[in-house]
Amino acid sequence: MARHIVASAGEIPPGGRKLVTVRGREIGIFNQGGAYFALLNRCPHQGAELCKGTLIGLATSRGPGHFELTRRGEMLKCPWHGWEYDIRTGQSWCDPNDTKVRAYPVTVISGEALVQGPFIAETFPVAVEQDYVVIDV
Amino acid sequence: MNTALPGGIDCDVHPALPGMSALMPYLDPYWQEQVTVRGIDGLDLASFPPQMEANGRRDWRESGAKPGTSLERLQRDALDGFGSRLAICNPLYGVLAIYNEHFAAALARAINDWITAEWLDREPRLRASITVAAQNAELAVDEIERRAGDARYVQVLLLAQDEAPLGNRRYWPIYAAAERHGLSIGVHAGSTFRHATTSNGWPSYHLEDYAAHAQAFQSNLLSLVHEGAFHKFPALKFVLIESGFTWLPAFMWRANKTWRGVRAEVPWVDRPPGDLIRDHVRFTLQPTDSPPTGADMERLLEQIGRDDMLLFSTDYPHWQFDGQNVWPAGFSDALKRRVLLDNPRNAYPRLKEALQ
Amino acid sequence: MTPQDGHTIAAAAPSPTSRARLKLIDCDVHHALRSSKDLLPYMASRWHSHLEDFGRRRPVPFTAASPYPKTAPALSRTDSWPPNGGPPGSDLVFLQEQLLDPYNIEYGMLHLLMSGMDERNQDLGNATCSAINDWQHEHWTQKDRRLKAAIVVPGEDPPATVREIERWAGNPDFAQVSLVTHAIEPLGRRRYWPIYEAAAALGLPIGLHSSGNNGHAVTSAGWCSYYVEEQHNVALSQQNLAISLVCEGVFERFPALKAVIVEAGFVWVPSVAWRLDQHWARMRGEVPHLTMKPSEYFRRNIWYTSQPADEPEKPEYLRQSLDWLGWDRLLFATDYPHWDMDSPEQAFKFRMTEAEQRQVFAENARAVYGLA
Repeated sequence: MARHIVASAGEIPPGGRKLVTVRGREIGIFNQGGAYFALLNRCPHQGAELCKGTLIGLATSRGPGHFELTRRGEMLKCPWHGWEYDIRTGQSWCDPNDTKVRAYPVTVISGEALVQGPFIAETFPVAVEQDYVVIDV
Repeated sequence: MNTALPGGIDCDVHPALPGMSALMPYLDPYWQEQVTVRGIDGLDLASFPPQMEANGRRDWRESGAKPGTSLERLQRDALDGFGSRLAICNPLYGVLAIYNEHFAAALARAINDWITAEWLDREPRLRASITVAAQNAELAVDEIERRAGDARYVQVLLLAQDEAPLGNRRYWPIYAAAERHGLSIGVHAGSTFRHATTSNGWPSYHLEDYAAHAQAFQSNLLSLVHEGAFHKFPALKFVLIESGFTWLPAFMWRANKTWRGVRAEVPWVDRPPGDLIRDHVRFTLQPTDSPPTGADMERLLEQIGRDDMLLFSTDYPHWQFDGQNVWPAGFSDALKRRVLLDNPRNAYPRLKEALQ
Repeated sequence: MTPQDGHTIAAAAPSPTSRARLKLIDCDVHHALRSSKDLLPYMASRWHSHLEDFGRRRPVPFTAASPYPKTAPALSRTDSWPPNGGPPGSDLVFLQEQLLDPYNIEYGMLHLLMSGMDERNQDLGNATCSAINDWQHEHWTQKDRRLKAAIVVPGEDPPATVREIERWAGNPDFAQVSLVTHAIEPLGRRRYWPIYEAAAALGLPIGLHSSGNNGHAVTSAGWCSYYVEEQHNVALSQQNLAISLVCEGVFERFPALKAVIVEAGFVWVPSVAWRLDQHWARMRGEVPHLTMKPSEYFRRNIWYTSQPADEPEKPEYLRQSLDWLGWDRLLFATDYPHWDMDSPEQAFKFRMTEAEQRQVFAENARAVYGLA
């Protein structure tokens, strides 16, 4: 495991996302209300580019004919079969224990701390006065 | 007959009405006159023409009589013949296909009175389904209320191919009444002919219509699951009667797969459809639609994944097997015992009382 | 930084890497019109004004939508909309980039989800089918020789259908005859037999992709409420279609005819065949024209495309289904670009031998369609 800088703080707006390639893996970085989450861009179902899916809310119900939409924009709907994933945990809604997309730990770290290394910056020139989104892969 | 097995509960026998004349004593004067003056008769269901050998096994027929009309033959052939301690009567007569709701309701009441007087009262081993005119849910509920006090009625009988798939809300008052009284819902193969017998139109042959009952049952399961009937009526058991069951695993796989992708359309379906079906639906044994070998059947049963879903039945007097060969290959003795007794007891709450 | 299409790492489930090198025959690819105007160059001018004025008419309530709204726009994967515009499947170059090239597809069998067969104006229906075939030939099969079209025909008009089949007879761009499956009568009925006679004589299979509207309820138990039901019910209709072809005696009359049931999957076949055999045994007096058990016709005359490949709790159950129905019956299909399409690499979650893969992913189709 190593840490990789994938974005500068503020680069991904709330509700937005960025696709990066780290160590040969495509990973989607999501900003959910200021908190960042990182998911492998591969649906565990049949390998679709999950992180390019639609952001949706969660439809739940008390019973037949009752409809409630919560957690708007917090669920990811796979572009292929439409399976719903919780961005925060990577779990599928229909099978949370056994169908999960790989999730990576994400932290926000100051440029000042980063310049002390040993982070793999790749394309990122690091400025000490900025914060950066860092994932562990 | 395998004497090592206990006598079981036969969950599908068909007492037959010889004709409208048998119902006359049970109709009120207005309907008696309507039937007589208008010459109303011949309401045997086209799905089960009585003269067809498939609907009356040769050795179960009295010559010249419609199969299933004789109590004495039913006692001998079905009850004694299979050592059954109980049998559930599912009368197949035209009530559900009539457009005049009032006539349908009057007929339903008469059929239930006839079943009570000439079958249940004469043979203590018999139980029955309540015939209702589901065309009008209010009238159907009236009939359920009328019979609910008679513990020998254990089920409300519907046909698989009606005007709407059976999860539709128009049937919910019937399900509510049934659930209140501990009655199960029996869905029997057959059509009211409100629609063609397949979604592709009208096949030429009865064989195709009969085969197509399986697809109709599957459409009904989709409806019951996705309309939320199992959520609304959690204590209610639905028994699919004369439906076959070997199609079930493939059906559940597909239903689960579709649900995962389209779930938000029906957010009250909070578990995979296969799980809901395993909890709420049961199947009578005949016809078995068996695979080629016993080993195949064992694999199929493993795919179904539960040993509590099948209910013993002969489907008397329909011809589904020869002689005493009611069991397909691949059923262990342990499973047969469950199918004979435990599973029917659990599928029909009102039976428990009777068996104690 | 722009995201690149990452190399798909093998999924956790068994996925033999040999599959990636195998050339595939995809038996269900959906091309599409970019615009309804695309057909006009192939239609007589009277239809140009007719379509402007009266449009297309089918036994459905809406002019441009289904009463069962689909789960995704154009029924398609949300990532399959071509960058140059047009609906999914309408751009050949994008189809090549997204499907044919990356999956090493040797042949793609095209199924257009539009026909003139259920058009209520019969002359318009006939003209539409001819136009579709001209358009397919010019814009698809001639431009990418991997693509094979189906002859789209106005099946409710068998003489017109036979003429249209004969128009393309011998043209290697057309590999089968396509009929809408929700026809006015079950497709085994005698009125459609002239079509089967012509197809069989030419060695062309009939491709039966779930399609069309006939005014009957989508189930024999009435109209369901939800798309989640309808999506499954159309597969049940395909089961009844297979039953019709067998029981009506189509394969008895035309023993060389090949039928391909498309987009219904395959796990249902064994139980339908067992059930038919059991009840044929007690009702065979009604159908004396059948000289074999129904299951034997299923095994001799019918093939099934694989999509949607079902996902039982134990993937090995699919192997059991295939053992029962016959490994030579299965034709791999993606159903690209639909939302429920199957990935060639990940649709089957159980291990297949190399020989089985070659059969399912290529050789069965090569034999059925007579491909080089």
